[in-house]
Amino acid sequence: MASTPTPDRTKPPKAAGLRRKAFLSAFPHTLPICAGFLFLGMTYGILMKVSGFPFYFPILTSITIFAGSMEMVLITLLLDAFDPLQAVFMTFMINARHIFYGISMLDKYRQTGWKKPYLIFGMCDESFSINYATEPPEGVDKGWFMFFVTLLNQCYWIAGATLGGVFGSLITFNTKGLDFVMTAMFVVIFLEQWGKKSNRLPQLLGLALPIISLLIFGPDRFLLPAMGLILLALTLLRKPLEKGGLPQ
Amino acid sequence: MTVAQQFILIGTVALSTMLTRFLSFWVFPANKPTPKYISYLGKALPPAVFGLLVVYCLKNVSLVTWSHGIPELIAIAAVVILHLSFKKMLLSIAGGTLLYMLLVQLVF
Repeated sequence: MASTPTPDRTKPPKAAGLRRKAFLSAFPHTLPICAGFLFLGMTYGILMKVSGFPFYFPILTSITIFAGSMEMVLITLLLDAFDPLQAVFMTFMINARHIFYGISMLDKYRQTGWKKPYLIFGMCDESFSINYATEPPEGVDKGWFMFFVTLLNQCYWIAGATLGGVFGSLITFNTKGLDFVMTAMFVVIFLEQWGKKSNRLPQLLGLALPIISLLIFGPDRFLLPAMGLILLALTLLRKPLEKGGLPQ
Repeated sequence: MTVAQQFILIGTVALSTMLTRFLSFWVFPANKPTPKYISYLGKALPPAVFGLLVVYCLKNVSLVTWSHGIPELIAIAAVVILHLSFKKMLLSIAGGTLLYMLLVQLVF
């Protein structure tokens, strides 16, 4: 028996192989985002360019801010009178939803070591959604998987914004409606979550309360009230929801 | 606005965005036990957030002006049908998006 040593199963696989495996399993999940971010990023870059800002602004902001809707709003802030306080307020109005993502990812990002700060820095809607909803296949390191999802998504966004800022109006094929790819992705994730029965009540609340808020406050102001309503409803329904085996 | 002011504004938005992302992790650090209520929210919030994100994507669709959200409704129905039939994420997303592009470019 000792003459044919079997490979030690407890030994971790080589780091390079580990990374490659995680990359290969993360990549397909990011394809819809690749399409969406290249398109939206380009739109953003073009808007920056036609608003008269230098080509490196979209590059700089897609690296440092990396929050699509906020970067679009930044253009209007830059065109307006200089008002940093207003900028802080607007950012919180639009990006407060990240606080919800953070609470949801406290556990999942726990054991990720040096990757954790980047995972949090790059936690946009899309990276959060995939990293929360996707369990990588057996033998794939979850930390590296989430890292590559986040990194690839940011690369797509930077690439799109750069192309838009540099080449701008040279892009002429008809892309109208391509931004629907993001909506479609969130609808699919919503359906996947629907599979777990205990998720359904929060999911319905997550649809209904924002719609009510949208009808009352309109598209520019509905987000914070919607978040408040969701928080209130989930707090009031804590007992029945926890009894329902929420979730996993 | 001067160039310096533009850079200050970009920096302000970058730092504020970072704050919204890091806040939960600072308030509830990994080396301390997370309050039960927050752990509960960590489980109950995500399914609600996925509903919120769908509404967020559609927030600028107007029901009272042309095209009354009809292309969005048709395309979402297509995504749902595709996904319930084939359970292939990329197929559902690509199919729904292509249909939506055809609708807004050629029909509506």
